[in-house]
Amino acid sequence: MKKVFQFSLVLAVLASVPVLLHAQCKGFAKNICKVELEPYIHDGNYHAAILTVGEEAELYKTFYSDTEYRIAICGSDALPNIEFRIIDSERNVIYTNRSNNYARIWDFKLESSQQLKLAIKVPADEGAAGEPASGCVAIMFGFKEK
Amino acid sequence: MLKCRIIQTPINKQLMSKTINKLLMPGTAILIILFMVLAGCASDKSRSSGDEFGLDTNEISADLMDDISSAKQIFYSLPSPLETAMLIKTAGAAYNEDLLNPVENVDNYTTNRSRALNLGIYTTDLSFASLFDQTQTSIKYMNAAKSMADGLGILDAIDNSTIERLEENINNRDMIMDIISETFMNSSSFLTENDRPALASMVLVGGWVEGLYIATNLVGNQPIDDNKLVERIVDQKLSFDIVLKLLDDNKDNEDVANLLTEINEIKITFDKITIKTGKIEAVTDENTNVTVLKSESKINITPEIFQELSEKVKVLRSNFIS
Repeated sequence: MKKVFQFSLVLAVLASVPVLLHAQCKGFAKNICKVELEPYIHDGNYHAAILTVGEEAELYKTFYSDTEYRIAICGSDALPNIEFRIIDSERNVIYTNRSNNYARIWDFKLESSQQLKLAIKVPADEGAAGEPASGCVAIMFGFKEK
Repeated sequence: MLKCRIIQTPINKQLMSKTINKLLMPGTAILIILFMVLAGCASDKSRSSGDEFGLDTNEISADLMDDISSAKQIFYSLPSPLETAMLIKTAGAAYNEDLLNPVENVDNYTTNRSRALNLGIYTTDLSFASLFDQTQTSIKYMNAAKSMADGLGILDAIDNSTIERLEENINNRDMIMDIISETFMNSSSFLTENDRPALASMVLVGGWVEGLYIATNLVGNQPIDDNKLVERIVDQKLSFDIVLKLLDDNKDNEDVANLLTEINEIKITFDKITIKTGKIEAVTDENTNVTVLKSESKINITPEIFQELSEKVKVLRSNFIS
């Protein structure tokens, strides 16, 4: 009986770990990354995930003409600087933050509406020893009301 | 292809070693590991190899692919209700309250599908009313959105203090938009984090269709040439691809599978619309640090196709709110 209880307890703890980690991501997105959008208005969408060093994520979104946007991509302290690139439908890389000191934000506007891809990666830290770090990465969008 | 991944974190590794070493028999440990592997597979629907825009990841510059592992998180982002309402307003549209889903309908929504779709719909209506400074209507629609969120068991996304804050800041547009964006983020993050991505996708699609419904109706019988609002509607062809991807990712849910079938009706019409875009040139203003993505685009839509789209959106939206 004791073993059954222990087994159930362990399963419950293990099952709750991903939920707890995601909940941390929500707090991180809301309290840390959203601030980066100011003075732009957060659109309200939520995109965040736990990423480990070496992993990548992709996001697809249509951006509309005559609107000023800010993209904020933030990683928690446990992670190295997050690298992101903006890629158009012709597979051209039109922006990379690697050549901008790994800036967390990018402000832009478009003359015509475009579907763009954001390619995000947590670069491998060559000097780091031990287990690769994991942490929250949040992707947030802001716009300016005309 | 289904991919499996266990999120490796210091927390779960520590838990695993402690529990396996101290608490359990070896057989039980194997069961737990199996459980975790299976859980990783089951919850990994959003991961797949990227092949969007007709993009083969091998075709992207080799530089981009440096150090990239095979595990990948894919996000599909639709315009949020707030962005949708802003796009309608900046296109020069007028406010028409008759187009909103009446708040009296809230009691009709008793299923997860109807509540999720109408959470998106009411949030778009709320955003639309707020951007046009319709204060009392905004409060009514925030309450309607709260009713949908409560029905879905979304805890604390919109509570009474949210309504109070809205009332206290009713003349402060920036604060109102902040409240709307925060409540929407609370809802979508709650659903995402509680393994209910199917519902989250239906909320987004409901809001997107409502924006399309409002916009097509606001155009009405106006000429479509040189009409900014029509251009915005045509632009939704680009987001429609993302709608399909988002729903396709969640189609193991019966409601989403049905929704995918319904929404494919308007694909036939969107396919008749063409958008041709030229090469993008990125130019950054050194003073403002804002990059302008310069490009030209040409759209092609006839009044007949526009009418067909309007009719199909009307039917779809009617199914959502009935």
